[in-house]
Amino acid sequence: MKIYILRNAFIVLVSISIALSSIAQEIEAQFAHFTLSLNHIVGERPLILENETYVNFSGEKFSVSTFNYFISNIILVRDNDEEYIVPQDDSYFLIKEDNPLSKEIELLIPEGRYKTVKFMVGVDSLRSIADLSRRTGALDIAGGMLEGMYWTWNSGYIFVKLEGNCDQVAVDRTGQKKFRYHIGGFGGYKTPSLNNIKTVAIDLPRRGRIKAKNGKKTTVALQVDLLKIFDGNTLISLKENPAIMFGNTSKAVAENYSKMFDHLSTENRRR
Amino acid sequence: MKIKHIGAISLLLLFVMSFTALEFSGFVVPQNFPPPVYDMAKSPVTKQSFELGRKLFYDPLLSRDHSISCGSCHIQSSGFTQHGHDLSHGVDDRLGNRNSPPIMNLAWNNFFMWDGGIFHLDLFPVSPITNPVEMDEKIENVLIKLRDKQEYRDQFKSAYGSDEITSTKVFKALSHFMVMCVSSDSKYDSIMRNTGTRFSPAEEQGYEIFKAKCNSCHTEPLFTDGSFRNNGLDTTFNLDNGRQAATLHSMDRFKFKVPSLRNLSYTVPYMHDGRFISIDQVLNHYASGVNYSNTVDPLLSRESKPGIPLTDDEKQQLKAFLKTLDDKHFVTRADLSEQWGNDS
Repeated sequence: MKIYILRNAFIVLVSISIALSSIAQEIEAQFAHFTLSLNHIVGERPLILENETYVNFSGEKFSVSTFNYFISNIILVRDNDEEYIVPQDDSYFLIKEDNPLSKEIELLIPEGRYKTVKFMVGVDSLRSIADLSRRTGALDIAGGMLEGMYWTWNSGYIFVKLEGNCDQVAVDRTGQKKFRYHIGGFGGYKTPSLNNIKTVAIDLPRRGRIKAKNGKKTTVALQVDLLKIFDGNTLISLKENPAIMFGNTSKAVAENYSKMFDHLSTENRRR
Repeated sequence: MKIKHIGAISLLLLFVMSFTALEFSGFVVPQNFPPPVYDMAKSPVTKQSFELGRKLFYDPLLSRDHSISCGSCHIQSSGFTQHGHDLSHGVDDRLGNRNSPPIMNLAWNNFFMWDGGIFHLDLFPVSPITNPVEMDEKIENVLIKLRDKQEYRDQFKSAYGSDEITSTKVFKALSHFMVMCVSSDSKYDSIMRNTGTRFSPAEEQGYEIFKAKCNSCHTEPLFTDGSFRNNGLDTTFNLDNGRQAATLHSMDRFKFKVPSLRNLSYTVPYMHDGRFISIDQVLNHYASGVNYSNTVDPLLSRESKPGIPLTDDEKQQLKAFLKTLDDKHFVTRADLSEQWGNDS
């Protein structure tokens, strides 16, 4: 009797594990590798930190020391308008110019043809108020505002951080001619406040749809033009605004940077 | 049952009871308090997490040069504020721009800091630790320093089941110490809990004045309603926009979080910038010093002259009542102090 039960349990266990592994294989079979590649430029030239000098639309010469931003909540739209939403917990990416690996977002997506890539620049309001245990990795608040992308005094993420030097800017307390743009604002906790969450949609057909297929890897390359931060819709002068942080001026900057992403190319390749 | 047995059983019971009395009881909501805001179910305070939090709270390792701990600016005997300092002092004697608020009854707070910029207790410690005028340290370095110590690796393991030390665990342990800093053993509390204690006549009169003139903002039993208000302080002396910096709303200009009135005897000086050094100054401000501005609290501008009318007698009675909110037990409790009474 005892042996009989044990044998039955064994058979059940084995069949469950076979079923599970076949489901896993099936899921694996339906997915394809996808990379969103971000290429930072300033006008016509590639972004090089510290040593390169650029000129903005106000004729101000500047160099860049830090360029970081969040991309989150990635959605791919199929040709038939169905959406594939990247699982939320795996959809937060901190892009840093000084970390080349961070500029390649690697995902697994279901097979199919996609015509649009959508993402958020910044961090959505729900995650901005979520329990700390759900904010690890890119969302770790430990860096604070100096090293990291988080306002410690006013709970919330800095969505885009751009810092550098500009001769036209007045000397600051540290004796430098620095400009500091820390743009964020998820809409406020309990009472509505600054909301700089921007959603960007990249239409792919002109330069190539995603044709995701198992065994293949699709790379969508985006060009990110930092110069647009100073002139997307509103002209921003460094001399007049050496520091833009949590305040109403940041709205114009956020509107500007929502226009800095352009589709360069799509490659559907065998892995 | 023989008498001998009953005697033995009651002795045993007594022994068990005295043992449990010494045991860690976790977070307990005082009988006369509302339910807490901090989600205890999601993050239950254990003896281990509380003790880890306490160790971290008093460890100067959290500051850049190992010179100050959280406890340096939040001193238990001063009701967990920085005694004798109007503005907070950090490393290298750097000066903050506001007065250290008390670590007290934080489990009932929705917002932290005078301007309420921080909306969860777990999000709080990163601020003083990384602030250049406070502890001026990187969390990354704090984690390296902690991981380097076997005692911390052991304590993290006993609190969280793994000796991996992360920022989230550090912040949550600090929260667990802070939520346990409950002040609910004042004379007022024992009266409210019907223990037989009574107000003196002056205290009783003060309580009546309090209920008529103060309770709408300093609401019982926490003695704050947790809101942000402009109490009409002179802003020429120290221009601080308060809550407006966090919300960007012009109607929030000069508004600060309503502080609790508990433990005032230990927490001098008063106001967000520590400008008043006595309760008399505070009462005189409300009686005759309130400045009108467009965001001054409506409750302070009901009369033709802004403020709260108070006679000298009423001030004395109020002071007598406010004294009943002092909680000697809270400022001397061994389990909240820098070291355990006997096991350190």
